[in-house]
Amino acid sequence: MSAITLNRVSKFWGAMRAVDDVSLTADEGSLLVLLGPSGCGKSTTLRLIAGLEEADAGTISIGGADVTHLTPAQRKISMVFQSYALFPHLSVAENIVFGLRVRRVSRAERDGRLKRVADIVGLSHLLERKPSQLSGGQRQRVALGRAIIAEARICLMDEPLSNLDAKLRHEMRTEIRTLQQRLGMTMVYVTHDQTEAMTMADRVVLMRDGRIEQNGSPEELYNRPATAFTARFIGSPPMNLVRQGDRLIGVRPEHVQIVADGDRAARVKAVEHLGADSIVLCEIDGQPISVRLEGFSKVQSGEDVRLAWDAAHEHRFDSTSEVRLDDIANEDRLAASAR
Amino acid sequence: MTDTTASSIPERRAPSQAWWNAVNAWLLLLPAAVLLVAFTHYPILATIRHSLFITKRNGTEVFVGLDSYQAMEADPIFWKALINNFWFALGTVPTSIALALVMAIWVNRNMRGRGFLRLAYFTPTVLPMIAVANIWLFFYTPDYGLLDQLRGLFGLGGWNWLGDPSTVMGCLIVMVIWKEAGFFMIFYLAALQQLSPDLEEAASIEGASRWYTFRRITFPLLMPTTLFVAINAVINSFKLVDHLVIMTKGGPNNASTLLLYYIYEVAFTFQDSSYAATLTVVLLLLLSAVALVKFGYLDRRIHYQ
Ligand SMILES: Nc1ncnc2c1ncn2[C@@H]1O[C@H](COP(=O)(O)OP(=O)(O)OP(=O)(O)O)[C@@H](O)[C@H]1O
Ligand SMILES: [Mg+2]
Repeated sequence: MSAITLNRVSKFWGAMRAVDDVSLTADEGSLLVLLGPSGCGKSTTLRLIAGLEEADAGTISIGGADVTHLTPAQRKISMVFQSYALFPHLSVAENIVFGLRVRRVSRAERDGRLKRVADIVGLSHLLERKPSQLSGGQRQRVALGRAIIAEARICLMDEPLSNLDAKLRHEMRTEIRTLQQRLGMTMVYVTHDQTEAMTMADRVVLMRDGRIEQNGSPEELYNRPATAFTARFIGSPPMNLVRQGDRLIGVRPEHVQIVADGDRAARVKAVEHLGADSIVLCEIDGQPISVRLEGFSKVQSGEDVRLAWDAAHEHRFDSTSEVRLDDIANEDRLAASAR
Repeated sequence: MTDTTASSIPERRAPSQAWWNAVNAWLLLLPAAVLLVAFTHYPILATIRHSLFITKRNGTEVFVGLDSYQAMEADPIFWKALINNFWFALGTVPTSIALALVMAIWVNRNMRGRGFLRLAYFTPTVLPMIAVANIWLFFYTPDYGLLDQLRGLFGLGGWNWLGDPSTVMGCLIVMVIWKEAGFFMIFYLAALQQLSPDLEEAASIEGASRWYTFRRITFPLLMPTTLFVAINAVINSFKLVDHLVIMTKGGPNNASTLLLYYIYEVAFTFQDSSYAATLTVVLLLLLSAVALVKFGYLDRRIHYQ
């Protein structure tokens, strides 16, 4: 019993709506990613779940029990802070086992668990150091170790990998995901890195200015973005959005092709070679559009090319509300059938 | 310059550059060093020298060796002052520090009227010493004083607080705690504000009680401040003189004579400057012992951020 449910939760800082009427559910044993640009309220949402902030409205429940007014300790969670929050006067080992000491876990068990966790996060050789003697990435791993050693049913992580290099990040990503699945933890994971979100999540909640922009599986967010904001946020490079009358037409770069008999004329502005593929940045009527081509593209910048894409790959958005149009059509149909 | 195989130009320049750096550093330190030598080191040495001589009426100095020290050893008032000072330090230092810490934690919380409370605790420090002494003189006045008026409410008779050897030290200790605690609180408050609130949050998530968090996290992290404050408190307890001049003049029967006050009396009332120098050397030794404990031992055991 460890599903987390937020029901119409809000948190205001004066006039600032840091979290605004947010409802979401993280199923038991699943990994939910809170994704969004900087300052959109991800950390605040996480702190509300942890009980470090008091909600101004709404209810939070864990495992079916209302925890809105419980203290952090009573919620029985573990957490990785965005700022690590390591105790500067304690060694790495003492930092990691802090919670076990508080709960008076026996010495033998403490040592055993410490050894296992230190191996997972790769800190076995640094256990006697103080946090100030560690690099940023190592500190982050101490924070990670402190959170996973508790083996709590619920684990909250606030950008736990933001300071690691690409290789370590990839390793830790897999490690966290494996651990989460093996222990059946319910995890809420904050990031602004969409790769992390896409690769780890069972469910992604994309936030914007304190509100939920879209809540769905990674595939849904990628294949059926509900708004132009989601379309722009997910994918790298993001979805192309071309204005046509009162609509925005969205096409993923990998769905655009450069063909001789294409129906749209474009001019190449720049070419980025990424190795396995190349990104060709073009312009149609002054609107930028990027094209992903396999391999090493020989297109030259300044060249005139013709682009084409399959209509089935088009996403249509209303240009003022930025809402997906087939959804509106669906809603209209639903509304009509309800009548 | 780090590589010996490097070209010969930097190699030739290295010694002169190092020499010039050293000269530069010494020149920059010179003004401070001159002041320190002139007003701290020289007087200390002069005092030590002075304690080995006595000055005749006609102004000539005669070397007497350790005679003054022997006289001091036989001087009951010196011992009385030293023991008084010991009890005074023991009475004021731990209590004022503990009180300062409690007040700082109290005032550090997010609550209404916080600014006012901080100011109120700090007021005793801002008041001039003479004013402080006068306020407390009023508290302790027999019969009319605040304390005796309170006693009167319970039907108790008047008491000469400062005139009785059994209470005079207690009265001074209470007053000094009152004065120092607010001052030390400011240091604790500054240190508490430096602590990241995340640490307490992390501890609370791990299920640590407030007391456990204080004991294992907050207090150890405040240790540098505690040390600083403690050293200052000890030094202050040896430096107290102005309140004594106003309130007790060391009396009754030397019950409230502290070391520095005794030195003051010997030097300016009895005009015995070489004996005063001898007593000063003892005071200096005591204070350097305190400094040695700090730099030699405690500093190594404390976590500095
Ligand atoms: N204690 C606070 N007082 C006032 N405003 C705050 C406070 N904490 C956060 N905010 C504001 O609330 C908004 C959301 O902050 P939050 O920390 O949740 O962002 P975030 O999504 O975690 O961003 P990032 O990715 O940069 O960490 C921000 O605009 C921030 O300025
Ligand atoms: Mg954040």
